[in-house]
Amino acid sequence: MYPAPFRYHRAGSVDEAISMLSELGEEARPLAGGQTLLVWMKLRFDEPSDLVDLGRIPELSYFEHDDVEVRIGALATHAQIASSPIAERIPIVRDCANGIADTQVRSRGTIGGSLATGDPSCDWPALLHTLDAEVLCKGPAGERSIAINEFCEDLYATALEDAEIVTGVRFKMPAANSAGAYVGFKRCAPAYPTATAGVQLTLADGDICQDVRIALGSAGLTPIHATDAERELRGKTLSKENIERAAEAAVAACDPVDDQRGSPEFKRSVLRVLVKRAVGIAVRRCSGEAVESHHEYY
Amino acid sequence: MNTIEIIQRIAIEVTINGQRYQRDVEPRMLLVQLIRDELRLTGTHIGCDTTYCGACTILLNGDPVKSCTVLAVQADQGEILTVEGLEQDGELHPLQKAFIEHHGLQCGYCTPGMLMSSYALLSNNPAPNRQEIRKSIAGNLCRCTGYHNILTAVEAAAEEMRGE
Repeated sequence: MYPAPFRYHRAGSVDEAISMLSELGEEARPLAGGQTLLVWMKLRFDEPSDLVDLGRIPELSYFEHDDVEVRIGALATHAQIASSPIAERIPIVRDCANGIADTQVRSRGTIGGSLATGDPSCDWPALLHTLDAEVLCKGPAGERSIAINEFCEDLYATALEDAEIVTGVRFKMPAANSAGAYVGFKRCAPAYPTATAGVQLTLADGDICQDVRIALGSAGLTPIHATDAERELRGKTLSKENIERAAEAAVAACDPVDDQRGSPEFKRSVLRVLVKRAVGIAVRRCSGEAVESHHEYY
Repeated sequence: MNTIEIIQRIAIEVTINGQRYQRDVEPRMLLVQLIRDELRLTGTHIGCDTTYCGACTILLNGDPVKSCTVLAVQADQGEILTVEGLEQDGELHPLQKAFIEHHGLQCGYCTPGMLMSSYALLSNNPAPNRQEIRKSIAGNLCRCTGYHNILTAVEAAAEEMRGE
């Protein structure tokens, strides 16, 4: 149940972390909050030769936003994000940050770690698909930003190159007539979600869908960007019928795996409900209503 | 599979319940192992060992964490509070008294973690409602009480601490 032996290195800066990771080779791993990596190592799913601890790199902890853009550093914990002015202003961010696991995991787990893991059950990748975010990375070849849908390549596989790390994320500040919701269902607080749905709506004249993004988590090998579902709503007056069709299209786009959290059929029925619920909350928030929402469990 | 030929030892220093400790630890040592096995503070329990049950919850720099999922080296220079640190001058903490008074425990295995999560909640929110208490202990499993009396105990302790 305990990790295999490894060597530990504490990086003082992003550049130092990158040079350590380059030197140590492909069996070395970066360590942020450790809420996935340490669990895997205890189960011996992973036996890295070296850990490069990013946890004390000051330049990775930042929260910045203006009326145009939001930028969050990779080491921001779920708890810090949940209580940040960004979450206050963008409720879908709070839904996600507050819905992840439990208080203890939210104290340690980071947004960068959630992305770099490449786990489709993690919440941030699905939420960041909903917000059409970019992942900021730095490696031996320098800095680059990667669109979220290109970043999440496959199950546990990301676009990160050797010795490249996530340094932060950025996304556009939603317009005044735009609001979203991120809802999930899980067996209990500490469990990974059975399924999640994120919806960001931009409404004109009260109920005309000017724009929409819909993404699903725990619904396939990567987060699913449900473009057919979006087409059911974009440019149309929202109705019970087209929201229903959007939910059906979202379910058709997903390909959930059969695991201890449920059969694919069960997950599809959960996703259908979650999409409709997220649209409903997003509509209410667009109209200025403050709606509290978080992941639900038994 | 890798073979680490020479076991690395890292010098760390932590403050636990106000007392400073220095140790040379293996990188793979978990914080809960440091607390229990090295420092013999066995009030912190190991339950599931997989970041589910919350029995090993402690406060690290004021935040509740599952000490089975933190490396001892990550806690270097940290301030830690464990269940042993709740009692002051031989007097139980109001939370501990309330858990006894309201039967917030039966076997007691989850209790140290429940106390630490509740302590973290009340440090930030002196007057939580039931929903907030539920959310704050959602990462702590209890298989005896059905949680009802734990919620009552936390509410009672909060009242007591507010001087009501």
